[in-house]
Amino acid sequence: MIGLEHYLTVAAALFVIGIFGLFLNRKNVIILLMSIELMLLSVNINLVAFSSFLGDLVGQVFALFVLTVAAAEAAIGLAILVCFFRNRGTIAVEDVNVMKG
Amino acid sequence: MIQADLNTILPEVVLAVYAMVALLVAAYSGKDALASALTWLTAALMAVLAAWIGFGGSGTTVAFHGMFHDDGFARFAKVAVLLSAASVLVIGRDYMARRDILRFEYPVLVALSVAGMMMMVSAGDLIALYMGLELQSLALYVVAALRRDSVKSTEAGLKYFVLGALSSGLLLYGASLIYGFAGTTTFDGIIVAAGAGQTPVGLLFGLVFVIAGLAFKVSAVPFHMWTPDVYEGAPTPITAFFATAPKVAAMALLARVLHDAFGGVSADWGQVIAVLSLLSMFLGAIAAISQTNIKRLMAYSSIAHMGYALMGLAAGTAFGVQAMLIYMAIYVTMNVGTFAFILGMERDGRPVTEIASLNLYARQEPGRALAMLILMFSLAGVPPLVGFFGKFYVLRAAYEAGFAWLAVAGVIASVIGAFYYLRIVYYMYFGEEGEGLDKMQSPVLWGFLTASAVAMVLGVVNLFGIEGAAAAAAATLVN
Repeated sequence: MIGLEHYLTVAAALFVIGIFGLFLNRKNVIILLMSIELMLLSVNINLVAFSSFLGDLVGQVFALFVLTVAAAEAAIGLAILVCFFRNRGTIAVEDVNVMKG
Repeated sequence: MIQADLNTILPEVVLAVYAMVALLVAAYSGKDALASALTWLTAALMAVLAAWIGFGGSGTTVAFHGMFHDDGFARFAKVAVLLSAASVLVIGRDYMARRDILRFEYPVLVALSVAGMMMMVSAGDLIALYMGLELQSLALYVVAALRRDSVKSTEAGLKYFVLGALSSGLLLYGASLIYGFAGTTTFDGIIVAAGAGQTPVGLLFGLVFVIAGLAFKVSAVPFHMWTPDVYEGAPTPITAFFATAPKVAAMALLARVLHDAFGGVSADWGQVIAVLSLLSMFLGAIAAISQTNIKRLMAYSSIAHMGYALMGLAAGTAFGVQAMLIYMAIYVTMNVGTFAFILGMERDGRPVTEIASLNLYARQEPGRALAMLILMFSLAGVPPLVGFFGKFYVLRAAYEAGFAWLAVAGVIASVIGAFYYLRIVYYMYFGEEGEGLDKMQSPVLWGFLTASAVAMVLGVVNLFGIEGAAAAAAATLVN
């Protein structure tokens, strides 16, 4: 029997993979965008699982909002990335270093 | 029913519809020829909305089944957000026009992000919170990269985007846990679930994620890494915007979540906020010492100031929220004046951000140097200027709530922090002979700089009455 905790475990695992993808990735900014998407989608699994477990629709409505915002976020991220690529000619993560912080 | 709800959110609707209409009109007609007029129009509309909300609103109204709260606290924050955004639009217009980056998207994006901020400070539900926060953040990512042909500006936008999206992810994960363990997304429901004797661990876990996500937005240590780079890379008028309105909105949102949804467990989150506050104050004070770029310096300065504002929040009392609101209002006023000065720093018509370029500035323009001196002393919290009273309020709130160690640490951090503010004053009055700067042309910048400095001196009489307004605002949030 697959219960709530299984869904939560999968979501937590995906979320952690997303965070590690952000911090350990040294190659490509596109992979950062993919990691961000992974984090947001793992949250959706959480929301839908809770929603089904609680018998409450709000979680699924929330998941739809998250999907919409994630799409807008990806569009803006790619747009900024294209501008950056035009100026710098590279999208490697270690080249995002004109300013040291 | 829906009519009453729409009436409650009328200011937000007006601003959002205005932004969309302005976008369409500008896109289909004159394009960037309209940019200057649009900037003035947007600033004027924001000032009108601020007056409308400030003088017109009264009582507490809840709209859309608890999703949207219009109360004294929200109105105080909205007035601060609208006025600071309007001032920043006005002081930045000339700078952007002369550098040829005044595109019509700029006022439209600022208007949209301000609509998001107004949504944030009124949120009464996790979904409303998330939508407001994202509307604000998405617009801010774009304005950070507004200078499309500059490596620094696009890099600032990229860094801000990646770290901002990470913080949204953390916040959302927390929101999903809170929803799961409280069974509802409304703050009214969460406070019942969180206050009923035993609070589920999952709920506190979710709260920690939400705090981490919001700490990114207010740039509190250890979630501050993006701040110096974004402040340095973004065009200066946009840095001025980042340093003012979004900080007020994010801080107000944090206060609302902590008190409206988790008011029953203030002992649990008080410790977390206190640690964030302590780290922010010290990192802001120490890391700023070695900076040579004034925009980076202002970034660390804003990190330190957020630490003080969080100190008021850590107290978890109505007085703490009042102190936080007063602190944020004073902080925004000081920052608008300081950025009016920074926007005027030019040599041969090109912007300069090196602190060393201020050498012996006082001989060249004694009036402006004096105004900057007052602002720097006020930022450092030197009595008897207004900045001192802001610090005094948060320190007292922390002390009265039993965080004596935090108040003592705050005093030490402010002494360390005074060094780098005074260093700017030292350069202006006793520096070495250098190349010097151009004479400041714009009367608008001069006006805002003077007004802000005068406010720092005259405000000591009664803080312009914001004390009472902040107390009334805090009382509607904490009960």
